[in-house]
Amino acid sequence: MGTRRRVLPGFGLSLGYALAYLGLVVLLPLVALAWKASGIGAAGLLHLLAAPRTQAALRLSFGGALLAALVNAAIGLLVAWVLVRYRFPGRRLLDALVDLPFALPTAVAGIALTALYAPNGWLGHGLAMWGIKVAYTRLGIGIAMVFVGFPFVVRTVQPVLAALDRDMEEAAESLGAHRGQTFMRVILPMLAPALLTGFALALARAVGEYGSVIFIAGNIPMRSEIAPLLIVQQLEEFDYAGAAALGVVMLCFSFALLIALSLLQRWSRRWAEFAT
Amino acid sequence: MKKAWFLVVLAGSLVASTALAKDVTLLNVSYDPTRELYQDINRAFTAQWKAEHGGDITIQMSHGGSGKQAGSVINGLPADVVTLALASDIDAISDHGLIAKNWQQRLPDNAAPYTSTIVFLVRKGNPKHIRDWPDLIKPGVQVITPNPKTSGGARWNFLAAWGYVLQQPGGTEAKARAFVHTLFQHVPVLDTGARGATNTFVQRDVGDVLIAWENEALLAQKEFGKGTFEIVAPSVSILAEPPVAVVDANVAKDGNRAVAEAYLKFLYTPQAQAIEARNFYRPRLPAVAAQYASEFPKVKTFTIDQVFGGWRKAQAKFFADGGIFDQIGPGS
Repeated sequence: MGTRRRVLPGFGLSLGYALAYLGLVVLLPLVALAWKASGIGAAGLLHLLAAPRTQAALRLSFGGALLAALVNAAIGLLVAWVLVRYRFPGRRLLDALVDLPFALPTAVAGIALTALYAPNGWLGHGLAMWGIKVAYTRLGIGIAMVFVGFPFVVRTVQPVLAALDRDMEEAAESLGAHRGQTFMRVILPMLAPALLTGFALALARAVGEYGSVIFIAGNIPMRSEIAPLLIVQQLEEFDYAGAAALGVVMLCFSFALLIALSLLQRWSRRWAEFAT
Repeated sequence: MKKAWFLVVLAGSLVASTALAKDVTLLNVSYDPTRELYQDINRAFTAQWKAEHGGDITIQMSHGGSGKQAGSVINGLPADVVTLALASDIDAISDHGLIAKNWQQRLPDNAAPYTSTIVFLVRKGNPKHIRDWPDLIKPGVQVITPNPKTSGGARWNFLAAWGYVLQQPGGTEAKARAFVHTLFQHVPVLDTGARGATNTFVQRDVGDVLIAWENEALLAQKEFGKGTFEIVAPSVSILAEPPVAVVDANVAKDGNRAVAEAYLKFLYTPQAQAIEARNFYRPRLPAVAAQYASEFPKVKTFTIDQVFGGWRKAQAKFFADGGIFDQIGPGS
């Protein structure tokens, strides 16, 4: 172990550097957040969590993000499949387009989506005739969340799909598996870990999203008010401890979700090994 | 080594040059709709200062939601002066020890050099026949106003509606509460700021009436042409007094007190009052007000001190956590 040559110098040095960096960039702000939140006390926290408005906002943020991540997992898998398995003119352009939601300032995305889906917008106008309202409703919030989380699933699944051995599929087919079976029992198990990573990233992004959602959400308490907006409102009231506490609550929920997903991922990896 | 010496010399010469010319940089932290106003004011003030005292003044501006701006100053943004949407935001800075407690008495007119009021903006031809506050809660009328929790302008809107009911014959707190509760049931979108609400109404075509700052409504009318929107002045509204103050702790640090005070006093001069009137803020000086009287709709106004006993009381009663807005706002 000790004498083998590595690309990076010394395990101790690189680990120390990684830990220091992680501590400085990720952990330190979170500790400051928790410290600020502690000012509210246990009773204050319970009061905050018991408020129906807080619960409604948290339900909306996490529920919306879960749905958006599910939609992204399905669409992202399809887009990744098309980009990897087919050759067609404009493929590279399409490939580049996938990352655009990352590059766009979120406020710009929000304004663009609102302009599109508002009752006088291109899409909103037509949908309104069918009685479907998108802007200023929960549906609008979901669409904004799908938009900002879209690239994650494509970008995590794409490289795994590209590296996938075709032999396996051919073997399955020659053994008499039909297409559905090949996909469900050979391809999907191998893609599952990457798909779950993409799902988790899209979920985390949508939970914390503020800029793009705020324009298309109606921001009506109990109905279309997301948790990050509640935090902003607390800041406006100069209630920094309350805002920080709500931030910590969101963080705990997210952390629990991400841990659950990573457990699921470990299990899916075993599933993949079992399938092969 | 050579490089270090060069830097020392460079830094030294920079310090020397600024000290000799007595150039001053002032930071004015303001709220959202004052961008156009302070562009004009700053140009006039720097020219006047140069003529009288010599030396150049650079005035830097920071704009944003009033409450957020106050928060930034509390958290260390080195503002020399604050020019915000409502007194309670300056009170909050004062509570953190950065501004003297008596700030509102240090300048004339409650330290508010210009005023505004709350009016209605309706669509061309006023199709829903909106004339006064009760028309806003007629069936089928959709009202656009931002969230009082995040927007200073929206707090004025809320208090204007509340005060209107109180001022009616037989008006009681209970009636005001019922009226404002119903009013917010007519609000389909609650934007975070006044500009956002204006955009929702004007650009997205949502709602029948926008409750807005008079200056914002006049600006929207100017931008989009008189034919597209109409301003309706309610029978009674609130006199909005956006206040200004020198941030004592910060000017003590950077030595800008003299300039900062001169800057705020300038806002009360006939020259500045005319600039304010041209930017749709109501001037305080009677002579200037008379000259621009035709620009502003006639509205009977009450002040926050008369009806609510000042911003401190109003803020705690209506907009604090668990306050009246939380009890009767949308979704309640």
